[in-house]
Amino acid sequence: MNHADTIVVRVVAIEQVTPQIKHFTLAPAAGGNFPAFSGGSHIIVVMRGVNRIHRNPYSLMSSPGQLETYEVSVRRMEQSRGGSHFMHDQVQVGNELEIAHPVNLFPLDKIARKHLLIAGGIGITPFMAQLADLRTAGVPYELHYATRSPEHCAFGGLLSEREPGRVQKYYDCTGELIDFEGLLSNQPLGTHVYVCGPAPMIEKVVATARERGWPDSHIHWEQFSAPPVGDAFDVYLARSSLKVHVVPDQSLLESIEAAGVEVPYLCRGGVCGFCRTKVVEVDGTLVHNDHFLSDEEKASGKTIMPCVSRARCSKLVLDL
Amino acid sequence: MNVVFKPDETFRDDFTFRNSPEAIRRFPLPFPEDRYMYSVNIEEHLPGPPGSVIEFPIDIDEHYVAECRERALVLAEEPRRFQALPHMMSSQWDCLELIMESLARDYPQHFALERRGSRWVWTNRPLQIHQTFTFGDPATLPQEPLEYITRQAQGDWVVMDQREGDLWCEAGMVTTQADWSLDFDMGMSFKEWHGPVPLAHEMGVFDRALKFLLNLRLNEPVRRLNWTMTIHPRLDTSPENYYKWGPDRATVTPQNAGNKAHLRVELQGLWRLPRSNAIVFSIRAYLISMQELVTVPKWARRVHRVLRDLHPALVDYKGLSRYRDAVVEYLAPFDDGAPTSPGTAPE
Repeated sequence: MNHADTIVVRVVAIEQVTPQIKHFTLAPAAGGNFPAFSGGSHIIVVMRGVNRIHRNPYSLMSSPGQLETYEVSVRRMEQSRGGSHFMHDQVQVGNELEIAHPVNLFPLDKIARKHLLIAGGIGITPFMAQLADLRTAGVPYELHYATRSPEHCAFGGLLSEREPGRVQKYYDCTGELIDFEGLLSNQPLGTHVYVCGPAPMIEKVVATARERGWPDSHIHWEQFSAPPVGDAFDVYLARSSLKVHVVPDQSLLESIEAAGVEVPYLCRGGVCGFCRTKVVEVDGTLVHNDHFLSDEEKASGKTIMPCVSRARCSKLVLDL
Repeated sequence: MNVVFKPDETFRDDFTFRNSPEAIRRFPLPFPEDRYMYSVNIEEHLPGPPGSVIEFPIDIDEHYVAECRERALVLAEEPRRFQALPHMMSSQWDCLELIMESLARDYPQHFALERRGSRWVWTNRPLQIHQTFTFGDPATLPQEPLEYITRQAQGDWVVMDQREGDLWCEAGMVTTQADWSLDFDMGMSFKEWHGPVPLAHEMGVFDRALKFLLNLRLNEPVRRLNWTMTIHPRLDTSPENYYKWGPDRATVTPQNAGNKAHLRVELQGLWRLPRSNAIVFSIRAYLISMQELVTVPKWARRVHRVLRDLHPALVDYKGLSRYRDAVVEYLAPFDDGAPTSPGTAPE
């Protein structure tokens, strides 16, 4: 772990909130309070499995005004590489885990005149803490929250109770769709839009907002990618003189770390750019899965984000 | 360290500020070698050796009481040395918490903080302050939170909001500055307020520094040293008061440089703030006269060489043009040409 220090936490409650989502309440194992944080922050949860250490980012959902516990929700991924299955199947109340200090890559803009929040499915998580910040901020806001069905609408009841008149829910099963065109065409000047959810939803919101003339500075989105499964390949770390084999369900970053080489990171989800690494040589193609590099940078093949990206090749040489 | 305060020393008029021998030994010399050029010299703000200025995240030294009085004098004349835009209130509380917690933890003989939920009790013994207030409610403090706490802290404090991939200077307390103005820089982006710095833009220093700071993490503060020179131990060398201190620069001679010319070192700290996601930048000025400096032979040799060989653009930017030669002439007899040991320790 290359963070200065982690916090050991104890799982104090686990709740199955939808068929796919479990909600975890964590308390500092040493007692006392957690560090303060701002809405939109995530933590990295370190899970020490039998053969592998998983480090997954999860948005903090508890109120920033309440620091006795932190809360995160974990969706069980069908194509899991192990992290979400570990949280769902292994972690019990009373277990200890480690977390890194919160990092906010999806903050609310503090000079916005209005906040328009759009969530899809598990994408509700960063908004839960942001809503707690907004309730006391004195600035107008509204949340539009789309899920498959009422059964999949995690925290739907809680939100209606806490945010009367400010939350609109949409269910796929009844054919209710968020009218992005309408929503983004009728906002007061100075409104900021925030979207978190499946990739197509984010793309639609960003594209629609741009078409409607929203400045990029007023469009915010967060999408953590889980590192996708891919083909096995070998990576050579030029400066460390090491050869590392990357298996299909382990990320490049995890493989490098397992070999004892540290790479700085913040999000482990292809968002922050912190783990960006120079590519010295590749005898195939890079598979870029991040949201950080521009299309030109991806095409140039000069750098890679090892947290989520891989290579389809027999040999990749990195400047590490 | 048991600090003995010197409450009566002054930073204006009769300039009675002096460093004790202990204060000289702990002076943060910013020159690890005999020449100086910019670098992105940022390092983790980890605890340093006992007694050093980096032993604790926020240093309190023998000048604490006198510096707080000097700040009050400046604010009485110019209240706009403290400013905060309305959206910076949560960052103001973050700063108050950072400073109170640091001081109470590291200097329990001087400060105490009692937290019962949002009801806090703050005790500052050197300044004889005892304040009960509600964290988060500005009405329960005599000033806004950042002004309140920085009236009780040494050094300047600037708070930067982070948005649009940039840092914006939007709150601060600035009374001990080396010729820059919070009033002028309020609302500016990172590169705007660093605009006047020569050479560094071309070197890409600010691109790298900004990128680094945007990713600054909670609980992992960083620091760097910067430096300039000041005539007399004057903390408030502001553009607003240039007419008071600017002419002093023409009065330096090799004969009086030992007493008049001061090396001014800024220990700059940067912290990510938890509730606001803003960054606070502290700029703590340490002053040492040339005659105090030469009591450490290694430092006399080194500062002589650094000043003698300084890049002309830096001589100009740091405002040394009028008196650099006089200071070099004063220091020359203390430099026998012997090599200096690496690092900044006195010997």
